[in-house]
Amino acid sequence: MLQYGARRAMSLMVSLLVASLVIFFALEIVPGDPAAYMLGINAEPDTLAALRAELGLDRAAPLRYLDWIGGMMQGDFGISHTYRTPVADMIAERLKVSLPLALYALGLSTLIAFPAGIWAAQRRGSAVDLGVMGVTQLGVAIPNFWFAMLMVLVFAINLRWFSAGGFAGWEAGIGAGLKSLTLPAVALALPQASILTRVMRSALLETLGEDYIRTARAKGLTRGQALRGHALRNAMIPVLTIIGLQFSFLLAGAIIIENVFFLPGLGRLVFQAISARDLIVVESVVMLLVFAVIVVNFAVDMAYAWVDPRLRGQR
Amino acid sequence: MSRTGLILGAVLTLLFTGAAILSLVWVPYDIEAMRIAERMQPPGAAHPLGTDHFGRDILSMIMVGARTSIAVALVAVGIGMGLGVPLGLLAAARRGGWLDEIIMRGNDLIFAFPSLLIAVMITAVFGAGAVNAIIAIGIFNIPVFARLARGAALSLWTRDFVLAARVAGKGRLRISAEHILPNLANLLIVQGTIQFSLGILAEAGLSYVGLGAQPPIPSWGRMLADSQTMISMAPHMALFPGLAILLTVLGLNLMGDGLRDWLDPRLRRDAR
Repeated sequence: MLQYGARRAMSLMVSLLVASLVIFFALEIVPGDPAAYMLGINAEPDTLAALRAELGLDRAAPLRYLDWIGGMMQGDFGISHTYRTPVADMIAERLKVSLPLALYALGLSTLIAFPAGIWAAQRRGSAVDLGVMGVTQLGVAIPNFWFAMLMVLVFAINLRWFSAGGFAGWEAGIGAGLKSLTLPAVALALPQASILTRVMRSALLETLGEDYIRTARAKGLTRGQALRGHALRNAMIPVLTIIGLQFSFLLAGAIIIENVFFLPGLGRLVFQAISARDLIVVESVVMLLVFAVIVVNFAVDMAYAWVDPRLRGQR
Repeated sequence: MSRTGLILGAVLTLLFTGAAILSLVWVPYDIEAMRIAERMQPPGAAHPLGTDHFGRDILSMIMVGARTSIAVALVAVGIGMGLGVPLGLLAAARRGGWLDEIIMRGNDLIFAFPSLLIAVMITAVFGAGAVNAIIAIGIFNIPVFARLARGAALSLWTRDFVLAARVAGKGRLRISAEHILPNLANLLIVQGTIQFSLGILAEAGLSYVGLGAQPPIPSWGRMLADSQTMISMAPHMALFPGLAILLTVLGLNLMGDGLRDWLDPRLRRDAR
Protein backbone atom coordinates (compact mmCIF):
# COMPACT_ATOMS: atom_id res chain seq x y z
CA MET A 1 0.00 0.00 0.00
CA LEU A 2 2.81 2.39 0.96
CA GLN A 3 4.75 1.61 -2.17
CA TYR A 4 1.64 2.06 -4.29
CA GLY A 5 0.93 5.34 -2.56
CA ALA A 6 4.47 6.59 -3.16
CA ARG A 7 4.27 5.72 -6.84
CA ARG A 8 0.95 7.50 -7.22
CA ALA A 9 2.27 10.51 -5.30
CA MET A 10 5.23 10.74 -7.70
CA SER A 11 2.94 10.79 -10.71
CA LEU A 12 0.77 13.36 -8.92
CA MET A 13 3.81 15.64 -8.60
CA VAL A 14 4.74 15.19 -12.24
CA SER A 15 1.18 15.96 -13.35
CA LEU A 16 1.10 19.12 -11.27
CA LEU A 17 4.47 20.24 -12.60
CA VAL A 18 3.51 19.69 -16.23
CA ALA A 19 0.11 21.31 -15.73
CA SER A 20 1.71 24.40 -14.19
CA LEU A 21 4.18 24.63 -17.09
CA VAL A 22 1.36 24.36 -19.62
CA ILE A 23 -0.71 27.04 -17.88
CA PHE A 24 2.18 29.45 -17.40
CA PHE A 25 3.60 29.24 -20.88
CA ALA A 26 0.19 29.16 -22.58
CA LEU A 27 -0.56 32.53 -21.01
CA GLU A 28 2.95 33.77 -21.81
CA ILE A 29 2.05 34.05 -25.49
CA VAL A 30 -0.76 36.48 -24.79
CA PRO A 31 -0.34 39.52 -26.96
CA GLY A 32 -0.10 42.79 -25.07
CA ASP A 33 1.82 43.91 -22.06
CA PRO A 34 -0.12 44.01 -18.78
CA ALA A 35 1.84 47.04 -17.64
CA ALA A 36 0.97 48.99 -20.80
CA TYR A 37 -2.62 47.87 -20.38
CA MET A 38 -2.73 49.17 -16.81
CA LEU A 39 -1.24 52.55 -17.60
CA GLY A 40 -3.16 53.24 -20.78
CA ILE A 41 -1.86 54.41 -24.13
CA ASN A 42 -0.43 57.72 -22.92
CA ALA A 43 2.05 56.20 -20.47
CA GLU A 44 5.58 57.62 -20.33
CA PRO A 45 8.25 55.04 -21.18
CA ASP A 46 9.90 55.63 -17.78
CA THR A 47 6.73 54.95 -15.83
CA LEU A 48 6.10 51.90 -17.95
CA ALA A 49 9.58 50.53 -17.28
CA ALA A 50 9.20 51.23 -13.57
CA LEU A 51 5.89 49.41 -13.42
CA ARG A 52 7.27 46.49 -15.39
CA ALA A 53 10.11 46.24 -12.91
CA GLU A 54 7.69 46.48 -9.99
CA LEU A 55 5.54 43.67 -11.37
CA GLY A 56 8.62 41.65 -12.23
CA LEU A 57 7.68 41.66 -15.91
CA ASP A 58 11.18 42.65 -17.00
CA ARG A 59 12.63 39.33 -15.91
CA ALA A 60 12.98 36.29 -18.12
CA ALA A 61 10.01 33.95 -18.40
CA PRO A 62 11.63 30.91 -16.73
CA LEU A 63 12.57 33.07 -13.72
CA ARG A 64 9.05 34.40 -13.46
CA TYR A 65 7.74 30.84 -13.67
CA LEU A 66 9.94 29.82 -10.74
CA ASP A 67 8.79 32.88 -8.78
CA TRP A 68 5.19 32.01 -9.50
CA ILE A 69 5.48 28.37 -8.45
CA GLY A 70 7.68 29.14 -5.46
CA GLY A 71 5.26 31.82 -4.33
CA MET A 72 2.25 29.57 -4.72
CA MET A 73 3.77 26.94 -2.52
CA GLN A 74 3.97 29.55 0.22
CA GLY A 75 0.45 30.80 -0.41
CA ASP A 76 1.66 33.87 -2.30
CA PHE A 77 -0.10 33.97 -5.66
CA GLY A 78 1.30 37.35 -6.66
CA ILE A 79 -0.35 40.75 -6.92
CA SER A 80 -3.37 41.36 -9.13
CA HIS A 81 -2.43 43.75 -11.94
CA THR A 82 -5.77 45.56 -11.89
CA TYR A 83 -6.69 45.62 -8.22
CA ARG A 84 -3.17 45.80 -6.78
CA THR A 85 -4.24 43.39 -4.04
CA PRO A 86 -2.78 39.93 -3.36
CA VAL A 87 -4.35 37.35 -5.67
CA ALA A 88 -4.44 34.84 -2.81
CA ASP A 89 -6.78 37.12 -0.84
CA MET A 90 -9.06 37.61 -3.83
CA ILE A 91 -9.25 33.86 -4.45
CA ALA A 92 -9.85 33.10 -0.78
CA GLU A 93 -12.71 35.60 -0.76
CA ARG A 94 -14.29 34.00 -3.84
CA LEU A 95 -13.74 30.45 -2.61
CA LYS A 96 -16.08 31.24 0.27
CA VAL A 97 -18.82 31.18 -2.36
CA SER A 98 -17.57 28.65 -4.91
CA LEU A 99 -16.46 25.89 -2.56
CA PRO A 100 -19.68 25.74 -0.48
CA LEU A 101 -21.63 25.88 -3.74
CA ALA A 102 -19.77 22.89 -5.19
CA LEU A 103 -20.08 20.93 -1.94
CA TYR A 104 -23.77 21.79 -1.62
CA ALA A 105 -24.38 20.59 -5.19
CA LEU A 106 -22.35 17.44 -4.61
CA GLY A 107 -24.37 16.72 -1.47
CA LEU A 108 -27.67 17.22 -3.29
CA SER A 109 -26.52 15.08 -6.20
CA THR A 110 -25.53 12.21 -3.89
CA LEU A 111 -28.70 12.52 -1.81
CA ILE A 112 -30.85 12.28 -4.94
CA ALA A 113 -28.83 9.67 -6.82
CA PHE A 114 -28.41 7.04 -4.10
CA PRO A 115 -32.09 6.43 -3.35
CA ALA A 116 -33.12 6.91 -7.00
CA GLY A 117 -30.47 4.52 -8.32
CA ILE A 118 -31.19 1.88 -5.67
CA TRP A 119 -34.92 2.21 -6.21
CA ALA A 120 -34.59 1.79 -9.98
CA ALA A 121 -32.22 -1.18 -9.64
CA GLN A 122 -34.51 -2.88 -7.14
CA ARG A 123 -37.52 -2.61 -9.44
CA ARG A 124 -35.69 -3.21 -12.68
CA GLY A 125 -37.97 -3.12 -15.71
CA SER A 126 -40.90 -1.71 -13.76
CA ALA A 127 -42.68 1.58 -14.35
CA VAL A 128 -40.58 3.11 -11.55
CA ASP A 129 -37.38 2.07 -13.30
CA LEU A 130 -38.55 3.42 -16.65
CA GLY A 131 -39.65 6.64 -14.99
CA VAL A 132 -36.31 7.16 -13.23
CA MET A 133 -34.39 6.39 -16.43
CA GLY A 134 -36.58 8.77 -18.43
CA VAL A 135 -36.07 11.61 -15.96
CA THR A 136 -32.29 11.04 -15.89
CA GLN A 137 -32.21 11.02 -19.71
CA LEU A 138 -33.78 14.50 -19.57
CA GLY A 139 -31.49 15.56 -16.71
CA VAL A 140 -28.40 14.72 -18.75
CA ALA A 141 -29.67 16.57 -21.82
CA ILE A 142 -30.84 19.77 -20.15
CA PRO A 143 -28.37 22.69 -20.20
CA ASN A 144 -28.02 23.48 -16.50
CA PHE A 145 -27.80 27.24 -16.98
CA TRP A 146 -31.13 27.16 -18.82
CA PHE A 147 -32.66 25.09 -16.05
CA ALA A 148 -31.29 27.70 -13.66
CA MET A 149 -32.99 30.50 -15.62
CA LEU A 150 -36.31 28.66 -15.55
CA MET A 151 -35.98 28.16 -11.79
CA VAL A 152 -35.32 31.88 -11.37
CA LEU A 153 -38.48 32.59 -13.37
CA VAL A 154 -40.63 30.23 -11.29
CA PHE A 155 -39.16 30.35 -7.77
CA ALA A 156 -37.69 33.83 -7.65
CA ILE A 157 -39.80 35.99 -9.93
CA ASN A 158 -43.23 34.35 -9.73
CA LEU A 159 -43.30 32.67 -6.32
CA ARG A 160 -40.72 34.96 -4.67
CA TRP A 161 -39.35 32.15 -2.51
CA PHE A 162 -35.74 32.96 -3.34
CA SER A 163 -33.90 36.01 -4.55
CA ALA A 164 -33.09 36.03 -8.25
CA GLY A 165 -29.38 36.44 -7.74
CA GLY A 166 -26.55 37.80 -5.66
CA PHE A 167 -25.10 36.38 -2.49
CA ALA A 168 -26.35 37.30 0.97
CA GLY A 169 -22.92 36.74 2.51
CA TRP A 170 -22.04 34.41 5.36
CA GLU A 171 -22.12 37.40 7.73
CA ALA A 172 -25.92 37.43 7.34
CA GLY A 173 -26.01 33.97 8.88
CA ILE A 174 -25.53 30.44 7.57
CA GLY A 175 -29.22 30.12 6.71
CA ALA A 176 -29.27 33.24 4.55
CA GLY A 177 -26.06 32.22 2.80
CA LEU A 178 -27.31 28.71 2.07
CA LYS A 179 -30.60 30.09 0.85
CA SER A 180 -28.91 32.22 -1.79
CA LEU A 181 -26.90 29.18 -2.89
CA THR A 182 -29.90 26.83 -3.07
CA LEU A 183 -31.13 27.50 -6.62
CA PRO A 184 -27.58 27.51 -8.06
CA ALA A 185 -26.79 24.27 -6.24
CA VAL A 186 -29.94 22.58 -7.53
CA ALA A 187 -29.10 23.69 -11.09
CA LEU A 188 -25.54 22.38 -10.77
CA ALA A 189 -26.67 19.14 -9.14
CA LEU A 190 -29.36 18.16 -11.66
CA PRO A 191 -27.18 16.78 -14.48
CA GLN A 192 -24.67 15.31 -12.04
CA ALA A 193 -27.45 13.58 -10.08
CA SER A 194 -28.78 12.13 -13.32
CA ILE A 195 -25.40 10.71 -14.28
CA LEU A 196 -24.79 9.37 -10.77
CA THR A 197 -28.23 7.73 -10.64
CA ARG A 198 -27.48 5.89 -13.86
CA VAL A 199 -24.04 4.80 -12.65
CA MET A 200 -25.49 3.68 -9.32
CA ARG A 201 -28.21 1.67 -11.04
CA SER A 202 -25.90 0.02 -13.55
CA ALA A 203 -23.26 -0.82 -10.92
CA LEU A 204 -25.93 -2.38 -8.71
CA LEU A 205 -27.42 -4.39 -11.58
CA GLU A 206 -23.96 -5.67 -12.42
CA THR A 207 -23.24 -6.84 -8.87
CA LEU A 208 -26.74 -8.28 -8.52
CA GLY A 209 -25.78 -10.79 -11.23
CA GLU A 210 -22.85 -12.11 -9.15
CA ASP A 211 -22.74 -15.57 -7.62
CA TYR A 212 -22.53 -14.32 -4.05
CA ILE A 213 -25.86 -12.56 -4.52
CA ARG A 214 -27.40 -15.82 -5.69
CA THR A 215 -25.94 -17.49 -2.61
CA ALA A 216 -27.37 -14.79 -0.38
CA ARG A 217 -30.75 -15.17 -2.03
CA ALA A 218 -30.56 -18.97 -1.67
CA LYS A 219 -29.91 -18.44 2.03
CA GLY A 220 -33.33 -16.83 2.16
CA LEU A 221 -32.57 -13.10 1.89
CA THR A 222 -35.05 -11.06 -0.07
CA ARG A 223 -33.88 -9.21 -3.16
CA GLY A 224 -33.88 -5.97 -1.18
CA GLN A 225 -31.88 -7.46 1.71
CA ALA A 226 -29.30 -8.96 -0.64
CA LEU A 227 -29.01 -5.60 -2.37
CA ARG A 228 -28.50 -3.60 0.79
CA GLY A 229 -26.35 -6.18 2.58
CA HIS A 230 -24.10 -7.37 -0.23
CA ALA A 231 -24.52 -5.58 -3.55
CA LEU A 232 -24.34 -1.98 -2.36
CA ARG A 233 -20.81 -2.12 -0.95
CA ASN A 234 -19.48 -3.86 -4.01
CA ALA A 235 -21.14 -1.37 -6.34
CA MET A 236 -19.39 1.55 -4.66
CA ILE A 237 -16.20 1.60 -6.75
CA PRO A 238 -17.65 3.03 -9.96
CA VAL A 239 -19.90 5.27 -7.91
CA LEU A 240 -16.91 6.69 -5.99
CA THR A 241 -15.05 7.35 -9.24
CA ILE A 242 -17.91 9.36 -10.59
CA ILE A 243 -18.35 11.30 -7.36
CA GLY A 244 -14.65 12.19 -7.47
CA LEU A 245 -14.85 13.31 -11.09
CA GLN A 246 -18.01 15.27 -10.38
CA PHE A 247 -16.47 17.38 -7.67
CA SER A 248 -14.02 18.87 -10.14
CA PHE A 249 -16.73 19.28 -12.77
CA LEU A 250 -18.85 21.08 -10.19
CA LEU A 251 -16.05 23.48 -9.29
CA ALA A 252 -15.44 24.32 -12.94
CA GLY A 253 -19.11 24.15 -13.93
CA ALA A 254 -19.90 26.66 -11.23
CA ILE A 255 -18.19 29.22 -13.50
CA ILE A 256 -21.28 29.26 -15.73
CA ILE A 257 -23.93 28.93 -13.03
CA GLU A 258 -22.36 31.75 -11.00
CA ASN A 259 -22.99 33.93 -14.02
CA VAL A 260 -26.71 33.13 -14.05
CA PHE A 261 -27.10 34.12 -10.40
CA PHE A 262 -24.52 36.93 -10.26
CA LEU A 263 -22.68 35.10 -7.49
CA PRO A 264 -19.31 36.59 -6.52
CA GLY A 265 -17.42 33.29 -6.96
CA LEU A 266 -14.28 32.15 -8.78
CA GLY A 267 -16.12 32.10 -12.11
CA ARG A 268 -16.98 35.76 -12.10
CA LEU A 269 -13.46 36.56 -10.90
CA VAL A 270 -12.04 34.75 -13.94
CA PHE A 271 -14.27 36.60 -16.38
CA GLN A 272 -13.49 39.97 -14.87
CA ALA A 273 -9.80 39.09 -14.97
CA ILE A 274 -9.97 38.07 -18.64
CA SER A 275 -11.62 41.30 -19.70
CA ALA A 276 -9.15 43.35 -17.65
CA ARG A 277 -6.16 41.35 -19.00
CA ASP A 278 -5.32 40.50 -15.40
CA LEU A 279 -3.51 37.34 -16.44
CA ILE A 280 -1.94 36.51 -13.11
CA VAL A 281 -5.44 36.08 -11.70
CA VAL A 282 -6.52 33.87 -14.63
CA GLU A 283 -3.35 31.79 -14.24
CA SER A 284 -3.82 31.33 -10.53
CA VAL A 285 -7.51 30.40 -10.68
CA VAL A 286 -6.94 27.91 -13.52
CA MET A 287 -3.98 26.41 -11.66
CA LEU A 288 -6.01 26.13 -8.49
CA LEU A 289 -8.87 24.33 -10.24
CA VAL A 290 -6.53 21.98 -12.09
CA PHE A 291 -4.75 21.32 -8.80
CA ALA A 292 -8.11 20.43 -7.25
CA VAL A 293 -8.94 18.03 -10.09
CA ILE A 294 -5.57 16.26 -9.93
CA VAL A 295 -5.59 15.97 -6.14
CA VAL A 296 -9.18 14.72 -6.03
CA ASN A 297 -8.36 12.07 -8.64
CA PHE A 298 -5.34 11.05 -6.58
CA ALA A 299 -7.54 10.79 -3.47
CA VAL A 300 -10.04 8.64 -5.36
CA ASP A 301 -7.24 6.32 -6.55
CA MET A 302 -5.98 5.97 -3.00
CA ALA A 303 -9.50 5.30 -1.74
CA TYR A 304 -9.86 2.44 -4.26
CA ALA A 305 -6.58 0.88 -3.33
CA TRP A 306 -7.65 1.04 0.28
CA VAL A 307 -11.06 -0.53 -0.46
CA ASP A 308 -9.80 -3.09 -2.96
CA PRO A 309 -6.25 -4.39 -2.39
CA ARG A 310 -6.23 -6.07 -5.81
CA LEU A 311 -5.90 -2.66 -7.44
CA ARG A 312 -2.60 -1.89 -5.72
CA GLY A 313 -0.64 -4.08 -8.10
CA GLN A 314 -1.88 -2.26 -11.16
CA ARG A 315 -0.81 1.06 -12.46
CA MET B 1 -37.72 0.12 -25.95
CA SER B 2 -34.29 0.93 -27.31
CA ARG B 3 -35.56 0.71 -30.89
CA THR B 4 -38.18 3.34 -30.04
CA GLY B 5 -35.40 5.43 -28.53
CA LEU B 6 -33.26 5.04 -31.63
CA ILE B 7 -36.11 6.13 -33.91
CA LEU B 8 -37.11 9.05 -31.68
CA GLY B 9 -33.46 10.12 -31.42
CA ALA B 10 -32.93 9.89 -35.16
CA VAL B 11 -36.09 11.94 -35.82
CA LEU B 12 -35.01 14.69 -33.42
CA THR B 13 -31.49 14.73 -34.84
CA LEU B 14 -32.77 14.89 -38.41
CA LEU B 15 -35.19 17.65 -37.45
CA PHE B 16 -32.42 19.91 -36.15
CA THR B 17 -29.82 19.08 -38.79
CA GLY B 18 -32.58 19.58 -41.37
CA ALA B 19 -33.40 22.98 -39.89
CA ALA B 20 -29.72 23.92 -39.93
CA ILE B 21 -29.30 22.91 -43.57
CA LEU B 22 -32.57 24.58 -44.59
CA SER B 23 -31.39 27.81 -42.94
CA LEU B 24 -28.56 27.97 -45.47
CA VAL B 25 -31.06 28.64 -48.24
CA TRP B 26 -34.23 29.84 -46.50
CA VAL B 27 -35.40 31.19 -43.17
CA PRO B 28 -38.87 32.60 -42.44
CA TYR B 29 -37.47 36.09 -41.64
CA ASP B 30 -34.19 37.88 -42.18
CA ILE B 31 -32.38 37.61 -38.84
CA GLU B 32 -30.28 40.70 -39.37
CA ALA B 33 -33.16 43.09 -39.91
CA MET B 34 -34.42 44.68 -36.72
CA ARG B 35 -38.11 45.44 -36.46
CA ILE B 36 -38.46 47.32 -33.20
CA ALA B 37 -42.24 47.71 -33.68
CA GLU B 38 -42.57 43.93 -33.51
CA ARG B 39 -40.30 43.42 -30.51
CA MET B 40 -40.92 40.76 -27.85
CA GLN B 41 -44.11 39.45 -29.43
CA PRO B 42 -45.34 36.20 -27.89
CA PRO B 43 -45.77 33.19 -30.19
CA GLY B 44 -48.49 33.82 -32.75
CA ALA B 45 -49.52 33.31 -36.36
CA ALA B 46 -46.91 35.60 -37.91
CA HIS B 47 -44.06 34.41 -35.66
CA PRO B 48 -44.69 30.83 -34.45
CA LEU B 49 -42.10 31.17 -31.66
CA GLY B 50 -42.45 34.93 -31.13
CA THR B 51 -39.86 37.66 -31.58
CA ASP B 52 -36.92 38.87 -29.49
CA HIS B 53 -36.05 42.30 -28.08
CA PHE B 54 -35.00 43.54 -31.52
CA GLY B 55 -38.12 42.18 -33.22
CA ARG B 56 -36.20 39.32 -34.83
CA ASP B 57 -38.08 36.09 -35.50
CA ILE B 58 -37.05 33.48 -32.90
CA LEU B 59 -37.77 30.50 -35.15
CA SER B 60 -35.38 31.89 -37.78
CA MET B 61 -32.75 32.59 -35.10
CA ILE B 62 -33.05 29.03 -33.77
CA MET B 63 -32.63 27.62 -37.28
CA VAL B 64 -29.46 29.62 -37.90
CA GLY B 65 -28.31 28.91 -34.32
CA ALA B 66 -28.63 25.18 -35.03
CA ARG B 67 -26.04 25.69 -37.76
CA THR B 68 -23.57 27.23 -35.30
CA SER B 69 -24.13 24.55 -32.66
CA ILE B 70 -23.89 21.65 -35.07
CA ALA B 71 -20.87 23.03 -36.89
CA VAL B 72 -18.93 23.70 -33.67
CA ALA B 73 -19.77 20.32 -32.13
CA LEU B 74 -19.15 18.40 -35.34
CA VAL B 75 -15.72 19.91 -35.98
CA ALA B 76 -14.81 19.42 -32.32
CA VAL B 77 -15.70 15.72 -32.54
CA GLY B 78 -13.70 15.55 -35.77
CA ILE B 79 -10.64 16.98 -34.01
CA GLY B 80 -11.06 14.60 -31.08
CA MET B 81 -11.47 11.58 -33.33
CA GLY B 82 -8.87 12.61 -35.88
CA LEU B 83 -6.15 13.04 -33.28
CA GLY B 84 -7.38 10.78 -30.50
CA VAL B 85 -7.95 7.59 -32.47
CA PRO B 86 -4.51 7.45 -34.13
CA LEU B 87 -2.88 8.22 -30.77
CA GLY B 88 -4.87 5.49 -29.08
CA LEU B 89 -4.03 2.98 -31.82
CA LEU B 90 -0.37 3.92 -31.65
CA ALA B 91 -0.34 3.51 -27.87
CA ALA B 92 -1.97 0.08 -28.19
CA ALA B 93 0.46 -1.00 -30.91
CA ARG B 94 3.38 -0.03 -28.67
CA ARG B 95 1.79 -1.32 -25.50
CA GLY B 96 3.95 -0.87 -22.42
CA GLY B 97 6.59 1.09 -24.35
CA TRP B 98 7.67 4.65 -23.71
CA LEU B 99 5.43 5.94 -26.49
CA ASP B 100 2.39 4.33 -24.86
CA GLU B 101 3.40 5.83 -21.55
CA ILE B 102 3.83 9.34 -22.96
CA ILE B 103 0.55 9.24 -24.87
CA MET B 104 -1.46 7.98 -21.94
CA ARG B 105 0.11 10.38 -19.42
CA GLY B 106 -0.55 13.22 -21.86
CA ASN B 107 -4.18 12.12 -21.96
CA ASP B 108 -4.38 12.12 -18.18
CA LEU B 109 -3.01 15.63 -18.20
CA ILE B 110 -5.62 16.91 -20.66
CA PHE B 111 -8.28 15.16 -18.59
CA ALA B 112 -7.31 17.31 -15.63
CA PHE B 113 -8.35 20.42 -17.56
CA PRO B 114 -12.14 20.61 -17.75
CA SER B 115 -13.14 21.88 -21.23
CA LEU B 116 -14.46 25.06 -19.67
CA LEU B 117 -11.02 25.85 -18.27
CA ILE B 118 -9.36 25.18 -21.62
CA ALA B 119 -11.86 27.58 -23.16
CA VAL B 120 -11.15 30.17 -20.48
CA MET B 121 -7.41 29.95 -21.16
CA ILE B 122 -7.78 30.07 -24.92
CA THR B 123 -10.07 33.06 -24.61
CA ALA B 124 -7.65 34.81 -22.29
CA VAL B 125 -4.94 34.34 -24.92
CA PHE B 126 -6.70 34.79 -28.24
CA GLY B 127 -10.04 36.39 -27.38
CA ALA B 128 -13.51 34.87 -27.72
CA GLY B 129 -14.92 33.28 -30.85
CA ALA B 130 -16.48 30.20 -32.39
CA VAL B 131 -13.09 28.85 -33.53
CA ASN B 132 -11.74 29.00 -29.99
CA ALA B 133 -14.80 27.17 -28.73
CA ILE B 134 -14.16 24.47 -31.34
CA ILE B 135 -10.53 24.13 -30.25
CA ALA B 136 -11.44 23.98 -26.55
CA ILE B 137 -14.10 21.31 -27.02
CA GLY B 138 -11.93 19.48 -29.56
CA ILE B 139 -8.94 19.28 -27.20
CA PHE B 140 -11.22 17.92 -24.52
CA ASN B 141 -12.39 15.19 -26.94
CA ILE B 142 -8.88 13.92 -27.78
CA PRO B 143 -8.29 11.85 -24.62
CA VAL B 144 -11.83 10.48 -24.75
CA PHE B 145 -11.20 8.91 -28.15
CA ALA B 146 -7.60 7.99 -27.41
CA ARG B 147 -8.59 6.00 -24.32
CA LEU B 148 -11.50 4.36 -26.08
CA ALA B 149 -9.38 3.38 -29.10
CA ARG B 150 -6.50 2.11 -26.97
CA GLY B 151 -8.74 0.03 -24.72
CA ALA B 152 -10.63 -1.58 -27.57
CA ALA B 153 -7.48 -2.06 -29.66
CA LEU B 154 -5.69 -3.83 -26.81
CA SER B 155 -8.37 -6.50 -26.69
CA LEU B 156 -8.32 -6.84 -30.48
CA TRP B 157 -4.53 -7.36 -30.44
CA THR B 158 -5.07 -10.67 -28.64
CA ARG B 159 -7.42 -12.00 -31.32
CA ASP B 160 -6.48 -14.71 -33.79
CA PHE B 161 -6.97 -12.67 -36.95
CA VAL B 162 -4.42 -10.16 -35.71
CA LEU B 163 -2.01 -12.97 -34.92
CA ALA B 164 -2.56 -14.28 -38.46
CA ALA B 165 -1.74 -10.85 -39.87
CA ARG B 166 1.45 -10.73 -37.80
CA VAL B 167 2.46 -14.17 -38.98
CA ALA B 168 1.87 -12.94 -42.51
CA GLY B 169 4.56 -10.36 -41.80
CA LYS B 170 2.54 -7.17 -41.53
CA GLY B 171 3.94 -4.40 -39.37
CA ARG B 172 2.25 -3.13 -36.25
CA LEU B 173 1.15 0.15 -37.76
CA ARG B 174 -0.24 -1.54 -40.84
CA ILE B 175 -2.18 -4.00 -38.70
CA SER B 176 -3.54 -1.08 -36.68
CA ALA B 177 -4.78 0.64 -39.79
CA GLU B 178 -6.02 -2.35 -41.75
CA HIS B 179 -7.32 -4.74 -39.11
CA ILE B 180 -7.85 -2.91 -35.83
CA LEU B 181 -9.39 0.36 -37.03
CA PRO B 182 -12.24 -1.19 -39.08
CA ASN B 183 -13.24 -3.22 -36.04
CA LEU B 184 -13.48 -0.05 -33.98
CA ALA B 185 -15.88 1.67 -36.36
CA ASN B 186 -19.07 0.84 -34.48
CA LEU B 187 -17.62 1.87 -31.17
CA LEU B 188 -16.41 5.15 -32.64
CA ILE B 189 -19.78 5.93 -34.20
CA VAL B 190 -21.50 5.43 -30.86
CA GLN B 191 -18.96 7.46 -28.89
CA GLY B 192 -18.94 10.11 -31.62
CA THR B 193 -22.69 10.56 -31.20
CA ILE B 194 -22.32 10.95 -27.42
CA GLN B 195 -19.43 13.43 -27.77
CA PHE B 196 -21.43 15.32 -30.38
CA SER B 197 -24.22 15.83 -27.86
CA LEU B 198 -21.75 16.87 -25.16
CA GLY B 199 -20.23 19.28 -27.68
CA ILE B 200 -23.62 20.91 -28.30
CA LEU B 201 -24.07 21.39 -24.54
CA ALA B 202 -20.55 22.73 -24.15
CA GLU B 203 -20.95 25.15 -27.06
CA ALA B 204 -24.21 26.43 -25.57
CA GLY B 205 -22.53 26.97 -22.20
CA LEU B 206 -19.53 28.73 -23.71
CA SER B 207 -21.57 31.04 -25.90
CA TYR B 208 -23.87 31.75 -22.95
CA VAL B 209 -20.94 33.18 -20.97
CA GLY B 210 -19.64 34.97 -24.05
CA LEU B 211 -16.73 32.62 -24.86
CA GLY B 212 -18.33 31.16 -27.98
CA ALA B 213 -19.60 32.54 -31.27
CA GLN B 214 -19.74 36.35 -31.20
CA PRO B 215 -22.61 38.49 -32.49
CA PRO B 216 -23.91 38.85 -35.13
CA ILE B 217 -23.55 35.05 -35.52
CA PRO B 218 -26.62 33.69 -33.72
CA SER B 219 -26.10 30.87 -31.26
CA TRP B 220 -28.46 29.22 -28.84
CA GLY B 221 -26.38 30.02 -25.79
CA ARG B 222 -26.12 33.69 -26.78
CA MET B 223 -29.90 33.87 -27.32
CA LEU B 224 -30.37 32.57 -23.78
CA ALA B 225 -27.91 35.12 -22.40
CA ASP B 226 -29.80 37.90 -24.21
CA SER B 227 -33.13 36.70 -22.90
CA GLN B 228 -32.04 36.57 -19.28
CA THR B 229 -32.74 40.17 -18.28
CA MET B 230 -36.10 40.08 -20.04
CA ILE B 231 -37.22 36.72 -18.74
CA SER B 232 -40.18 38.05 -16.75
CA MET B 233 -41.47 40.19 -19.63
CA ALA B 234 -40.83 37.74 -22.46
CA PRO B 235 -40.37 34.19 -21.12
CA HIS B 236 -40.75 32.76 -24.64
CA MET B 237 -37.37 34.28 -25.51
CA ALA B 238 -35.76 32.01 -22.93
CA LEU B 239 -38.00 29.01 -23.45
CA PHE B 240 -37.44 28.11 -27.10
CA PRO B 241 -33.65 28.27 -27.48
CA GLY B 242 -33.34 26.16 -24.32
CA LEU B 243 -35.84 23.64 -25.65
CA ALA B 244 -33.86 23.49 -28.90
CA ILE B 245 -30.69 22.58 -26.97
CA LEU B 246 -32.53 20.08 -24.78
CA LEU B 247 -34.21 18.30 -27.71
CA THR B 248 -31.05 18.17 -29.84
CA VAL B 249 -28.96 16.75 -27.01
CA LEU B 250 -31.72 14.34 -26.00
CA GLY B 251 -32.09 13.18 -29.60
CA LEU B 252 -28.36 12.54 -29.99
CA ASN B 253 -28.17 10.68 -26.67
CA LEU B 254 -31.13 8.47 -27.53
CA MET B 255 -29.62 7.82 -30.93
CA GLY B 256 -26.23 6.97 -29.41
CA ASP B 257 -27.76 4.51 -26.95
CA GLY B 258 -29.95 2.99 -29.64
CA LEU B 259 -27.05 2.69 -32.08
CA ARG B 260 -24.93 0.96 -29.46
CA ASP B 261 -27.56 -1.72 -28.94
CA TRP B 262 -28.30 -2.05 -32.62
CA LEU B 263 -24.76 -2.08 -34.01
CA ASP B 264 -23.22 -4.34 -31.43
CA PRO B 265 -25.34 -6.41 -29.08
CA ARG B 266 -22.15 -7.47 -27.28
CA LEU B 267 -21.76 -3.92 -26.04
CA ARG B 268 -25.30 -3.82 -24.71
CA ARG B 269 -25.48 -2.39 -21.26
CA ASP B 270 -29.07 -2.08 -20.15
CA ALA B 271 -27.88 0.29 -17.53
CA ARG B 272 -26.98 3.22 -19.70
